[in-house]
Amino acid sequence: MGDASEFSLTIRLFLKTYQWRKIDPVPWTPLKKPLSQSKLALVSSAGFVLPDQPHFDESIKGGDSSFREIPSGVDVKTLLETHRSESFDHAGLHKDPNIGFPLDRVRELAAAGRIGAVNHRHLSCMGSITAPGRLIHNTAPPAVRLLVEDQVDVAILVPV
Amino acid sequence: MCNQTVCLVAAEMERQGISTVVIQLLRHVAEKIHPPRALFVPFKHGYSLDTPGDANRQRAVLEAALQLLEDPSLTAGPVLRDYLPPKG
Repeated sequence: MGDASEFSLTIRLFLKTYQWRKIDPVPWTPLKKPLSQSKLALVSSAGFVLPDQPHFDESIKGGDSSFREIPSGVDVKTLLETHRSESFDHAGLHKDPNIGFPLDRVRELAAAGRIGAVNHRHLSCMGSITAPGRLIHNTAPPAVRLLVEDQVDVAILVPV
Repeated sequence: MCNQTVCLVAAEMERQGISTVVIQLLRHVAEKIHPPRALFVPFKHGYSLDTPGDANRQRAVLEAALQLLEDPSLTAGPVLRDYLPPKG
């Protein structure tokens, strides 16, 4: 089970005093049409990049809040997992990136008609952002607008 | 921090008209952050969709996420639902 006990004492102490960003008010978009007619996009915070994309910058204080676009047609096995945290076991993601970026699975859902379509692109970010102000105000809004322009209806977001 | 990051991105998506569900690995974090729709999964960090190489178990997590999206009884957030993995 995912639990803070997985982490080192240093990280546990950090998490104990960390001021989590409460979402208030909680925005809510109801499902506008059946999932079988909806276009889906994925967001993963595992730090996946394409081989020719710049890696996330580990030197940025508070975390790199930039996004990478991941095309839907990519072979997930070619993605590079660059998450900087040493606090979790990366072996599973290396063996099967679908457990952090389930692109093969959502393609299957579309093929089966459970969802209408898979968007032609998805978003990847680096999850270990301790100072999320830049994410909230500067980088997430334009990244999300890309998916709005694509007429994405629903999204599944996967942390690691 | 990954749990918080996806919650904050989900909030922006909902503000811009995209319905979302976030997978969460730390229940107490989801309870503090209040993402609109969250599915708490009982897996260790790095294994958010259950077992590497097991498409059926991965699909089961996604199916639970989709059911959260289409549940007509849910009309406002935050919603936090526990995922029960298939036995075996």
